[in-house]
Formats: sequence, structure tokens, C-alpha cells
Amino acid sequence: MHCRKCSSKAVINMRQHKLALCQDHFIGWMHEQTERFIQKYHMFSHDDRVLVAVSGGKDSLSLWDILWKLGYYCDGLYIGLGIDEGIQYSKESQRLTKKFALERGLKLHIVDVAEEYGETIPVIANSTLRGRDKPCSVCGISKRHIMNRVARQQGYDVLATGHNLDDEAAVLFGNTLTWSTGFLLRQGPILEATLPGLVRKAKPLCRFYEREMAAYALLRNIGYIYEECPFAEGAKSIYYKDILNRLEADRPGLKLTFYLSFLQAKEAGLLSPQIDEDKVNLHTCPSCGQPTSSPGECTFCRMMAKVTEISNERVEL
Amino acid sequence: MEAKLSAKLILRDKEYEVKAGMTIRHALEKLGISSESVLVTRQGQLLTDDEVLKEEDVIRLVAVISGG
Repeated sequence: MHCRKCSSKAVINMRQHKLALCQDHFIGWMHEQTERFIQKYHMFSHDDRVLVAVSGGKDSLSLWDILWKLGYYCDGLYIGLGIDEGIQYSKESQRLTKKFALERGLKLHIVDVAEEYGETIPVIANSTLRGRDKPCSVCGISKRHIMNRVARQQGYDVLATGHNLDDEAAVLFGNTLTWSTGFLLRQGPILEATLPGLVRKAKPLCRFYEREMAAYALLRNIGYIYEECPFAEGAKSIYYKDILNRLEADRPGLKLTFYLSFLQAKEAGLLSPQIDEDKVNLHTCPSCGQPTSSPGECTFCRMMAKVTEISNERVEL
Repeated sequence: MEAKLSAKLILRDKEYEVKAGMTIRHALEKLGISSESVLVTRQGQLLTDDEVLKEEDVIRLVAVISGG
């Protein structure tokens, strides 16, 4: 197979675009397309300070690399979750992220959950009802809270995350199966800071397939954590991605159409903003100042209070 | 000495032997691996799935799907 642009040997064939490209043209195409998406969805400009949430995985490190190559002001934020599970998952992710930042002379903020909040994510999860079986929900709540806090405190204009199209399509698929209109309303390339205490969020990679992101990381020689998070085994998102990929194999472009048609339908008013009751009824957490869906402390602060309570009980014993 | 007529495909800790002479796309189909979920590499070089497998080829498949 040959590159559409220069006829040299192609390294990737993107069947949904009927486009095969060589290494140089693929990397250039990724940069051009990212710039196009940033502008199309009014994500941010070259005057904005962007905080990139980096996990050490292929998507977030590639996003940081692309934004850096495009000349955006972009610093990184790594959250040390304290996941070990015999493979030193967090330690290795952090090492790779620090190496990436150092090689490019980029600024990296590191928040270590155990250092700041007393316990690692698996331990925090274990002390709560919602995280007793699996820490994923607690991990998600904590990451969202910390990302928002750091972005606010450090004065960033926007928080960029490495969600790719497969991530977005899997979430959309799950929320469509249950007609979770509140979640559907909030899904999109941009999550506006509609309330005080919230930072604007952007997903510049939301139209790239996960396969393209892995190819970009590989071709740009980005060292990323290849191992899956040990807690991701059996995750619903992976199950949905697998289903969508099987459909995609028979119908190239189906994942992209699914997501883009949803965005168009939303734009056309298919989902009425009035039914987003959660958003209407948001309150401010008295402890951290971030918005929360019920009066009183937010879920994260309540979780942390519980962890402190358990730690104090242990000390007293 | 008998010539090897197979190629090896490696995905994480699994190894698969397939006949040389078929395309990577065909090999993945036979193994039930979705071509959307992997990248195909030979000696670190990225390949498209129309590439024909040669005898004694060692193909590393890079899993691209992550959860969370």
C-alpha cells in the first residue's frame, strides 16, 4: 500500500477516511487535523494557557507532544494514584511522563495522592462503599477533582485531556443504551466552565481513532505505559470498544459516524438542555469550592473526610 | 532440513503460528483478532495489513485499546 500524498510505502491505512499515509505525512496529518479540531470546536487559542492531563499512556502523551509541536503554551499534570498491583503501574507511568517532559523541556506538575491526601487511590477506594469492589469510580472522581483544582489554582484557561474517538464512542454507546440524557448532554469536544469553580475542558483528540493515537506514539518514539491499568480488566468501556470495533471492521467509518452524528443531533437540539436537572441544581461545596450536585460537601471531600476518620481511628487504636 | 513455512504473530504474551503467504489482514481474521484493535509491526516498523507474511516472519502486534 502506498502513501496517498507521496507514493512511498504507507505505514497506516485509515479505512474510515480511505486514506493511507507514510510516516512523515501521517505525523503531519495528525498535527493539521488536531489544529483543525481545536479551531472547529473553539477549544483554545495560542494566547491560552493549557494544562494537559497526562497519565503516561499513549493518548495523553501524544496529545502533549502534538500541542507542543503546534506551538501551544501547554504544561502537564500527572496525578500519582499509587496503583502498584505487582507491576508498579503508577511508578512506571510517572517515570515515563517525567522522561517525556524532561526530553522536551516541558513543565510538569505532579500531584501524589498519597502524599497530599494520606492514602493511595486503592486504599481510599477500599474505605468507601462505592470503591470496595473496584477503585475505578473513586479514581475517576479523584482525578476530575484534582485536575480541576490544579487548573484553577495555577490559573490555566483550559484543561486538555487525551480522550480519543474510541473513548468517546464507547461512552456514547453506554449512555445511549441506558438513555442517560444528563450524561449525553454533557458529552462533547468541549465542556464549558458553566459554573464558578469549574475549569473549561477540551478533548482535541476526540476525532482520532485509538489506533491512530497508538500509531502516532509509536512513530514519534514516545515511551508510554503499554500495560493496561490492572483495575481495567473487565471494564465496561473495553467491552463497548470491542463491540464497536467489530462493527467498524465490517463497516469502516461507523464509529466516527456514530460520534459525529450524535454531535450534529445535539447541535440541532435533539437533547433539550431543560432536562439536565443535575446542572440546574448544582451547589458549591463548602470545603473545596467546586460544584456538586447535592447540598453540602462534594463526593470527593466526603470521601476524604471518611479516609481521615478511618486513619484517626487507626491511630487511636 | 525442512523449511519453515509459517510466520509468527505475537500479541502481548500470546504467540500464534500462521501460514506464510497470506496477508496480515487474512491472518488476523483467521485468529479472530480485530484489525482495529492492533497495530502491526515487523522489526519495529509499522505495516499496513495488506502486507504478505513471509516465511519466518516475526510480527509483533501492538494492542491499542485501553480502558478507564
